[in-house]
Amino acid sequence: MKFVWFNLMPWPDLPDDFRETNRSVWVDIPQKYFDPIRANTVYHEYMDQLEFADSVGFDGIGINEHHQNGYGIMPSPNIIAAGLARRTSRAAIAVIGNSIALYNPPIRVAEEFAMLDCISGGRLLAGFPVGTAMDTNFCYGQIPALTRDKYDEAHRLIMRAWAEDEPFAFDGKYNQLRYVNCWPKPIQQPHPPVYIPGGGSVETWDFCVDHDYNYSYLSFSGYLAGRTLLQGYWDRVAEKNKDESPYRGSFAQIICVGADDAEAEELYAEHMLYFFNRCLHVDPGFADPPGYRTVKTIKAGVISQLRASAQQLYTTLTWKDLVDGGFVIAGGPDTVRERMEDMIRTLHVGTVFCLLHMGNMPDWKTRYSTQLFADKVMPSLRSMWPEWEHDDRWWCHPTEERVQPEATFADRLRPGIGPTP
Amino acid sequence: VSTATTRTITTARGLECEVQVRGADAKGTPIVFLHSLIGLFHDDEPLLDALAANRPVYAPVWPGFGAALGEEALEDMLDFTLHGWDVLTSLGLDRPHLVGHGFGGMIAAEMAALAPTSLATLSLLAPYGLWIDAHPLVDPFTVSPFDVPKLLFADADRGGALLSGGSDFTDATAITDFMVGNSRRLGMAGKVLFPIPNRRLSKRLYRVTTPTTIIWGGADGLIPADPYAAQWEARLPGSTTAIIPAAGHQLGHDDPASTAAAIARHVGSRT
Repeated sequence: MKFVWFNLMPWPDLPDDFRETNRSVWVDIPQKYFDPIRANTVYHEYMDQLEFADSVGFDGIGINEHHQNGYGIMPSPNIIAAGLARRTSRAAIAVIGNSIALYNPPIRVAEEFAMLDCISGGRLLAGFPVGTAMDTNFCYGQIPALTRDKYDEAHRLIMRAWAEDEPFAFDGKYNQLRYVNCWPKPIQQPHPPVYIPGGGSVETWDFCVDHDYNYSYLSFSGYLAGRTLLQGYWDRVAEKNKDESPYRGSFAQIICVGADDAEAEELYAEHMLYFFNRCLHVDPGFADPPGYRTVKTIKAGVISQLRASAQQLYTTLTWKDLVDGGFVIAGGPDTVRERMEDMIRTLHVGTVFCLLHMGNMPDWKTRYSTQLFADKVMPSLRSMWPEWEHDDRWWCHPTEERVQPEATFADRLRPGIGPTP
Repeated sequence: VSTATTRTITTARGLECEVQVRGADAKGTPIVFLHSLIGLFHDDEPLLDALAANRPVYAPVWPGFGAALGEEALEDMLDFTLHGWDVLTSLGLDRPHLVGHGFGGMIAAEMAALAPTSLATLSLLAPYGLWIDAHPLVDPFTVSPFDVPKLLFADADRGGALLSGGSDFTDATAITDFMVGNSRRLGMAGKVLFPIPNRRLSKRLYRVTTPTTIIWGGADGLIPADPYAAQWEARLPGSTTAIIPAAGHQLGHDDPASTAAAIARHVGSRT
């Protein structure tokens, strides 16, 4: 098993009446709630937590891209990743990912991901989301019915830019480039492992299977609700005669660990409710513009047909609902271990994106939960897939001689200059 | 009861299209009507029935709005504009009167800019296509289907009945069918309307020497007559404007008689 510690980087100061007094946490969130001075602390705290997760043994540290979003102040995950690449040297850096249809031209992603792979010494996991409607269509103005086509072209361009050894001309519908010449190139060859975050489009299953990319199901509805979608994916894996390595799939799960079940509720309930009640308050009109999903996906019925009722559900959820419904895996280490095992087996996944910071959780609670998970839960889950133990096709391959962050400048000064030890 | 018949044509590009035909036997230069965001209703188009009293009326169903598939072939404004001309060519119509409503009005204006002398007249009913920064339009792509009738119709009850077509929305299949249809219609329209319904038509309007009238519902909640009607008139010197006070965006449903009369006044002297 691989565990990636993930931070969405939510804004922690949304008011109690946010839901009642605002249309949406995403797209048109009022500017008055953002405080740049406070953000100075928040960004550093979140980046410190990601580095802490590396230090306690998580296999990877993960980040993503959202725009104009109250639960994600990370429009550019690559900026965060650059900082992490400098201050860690062990964990994979999972950028899940860059919304490639939004980069103009998308060769920018090939370049920046190559930079990150070089700086990190080959630790990048490269995520290519199609992007939510909120980010892609409403914040960044892409035409819904053409978004997937533009994404496909961007993907072709990036992969070819990494693969080709000579400059080439790219005559695309959305991108025309006479001289594509990706410089620098990533350490990992032919390319870093690719993760495709999926939100419920059936096309994404085949895309992942055909290219041998990891299908990463990211939702906040927990693993009980996630079964349907992942089963659809595994069905396609079987139908296309691919092996059933659990490392083909990953899942994002909210996790809270306390000394025991009661302490978990006492410590974390308020922060989970902050997340579900305030951070997920997205106007249904922004969630699914006509044309964004294909007819095939709508007909497959795998998405909630009435977003408004899902929204309504979030407002009334209690801690017990969140735990019982699998939205949150919470409790003492034994409880969490049991439910994690159930989740991993049920979904057949080899990689878990562990959402151990959520909502407005303070730093100390985040570290406490993270440490407990690393010490008392993670070790016993490690070997859940013994038959696939050596399958590293979806994991990074860092170079052995990479630069370590411990290196200081002291030994690089010209003799006779600088402070005397 | 509607007198509409449906013809299916295939354009030179290869797109199959349904065309509603009314008054086929009437004399006079035909009218071609390009519909709005909500498409066409076979049995309930009182404006088209009224217009067909004096001349043939051809109302093509825009790709994505009907049963025929293949709308992926149209991707941008030029594709849309040329498809409009392709339809006229397939129908064998020479210098017809062109009437376009809302989304269809934008296409009609583009068609006129491309070939202004190939039309007898142009009637623009509350057209999309211009954008005034100080008066941003409602974003139709965020509006819940439940709120569409009161946005588009002065008579929201009639609008709601028309749009739901008697479907039972407690039935999952009916909801899925509605969602598929809605996604195809607005997904298609989004190619020229999203995120801002401005494809630089204003740069091309100088070419529209076709005799043009602008007709608007005074209670239009989608594209307000004030100030948009005046903006169009200013961009089209020599055009006339008629405001139908109580009508909403769907003026052909809210007040078909006044709308038909305004169109008839414009085309009547130019048969």
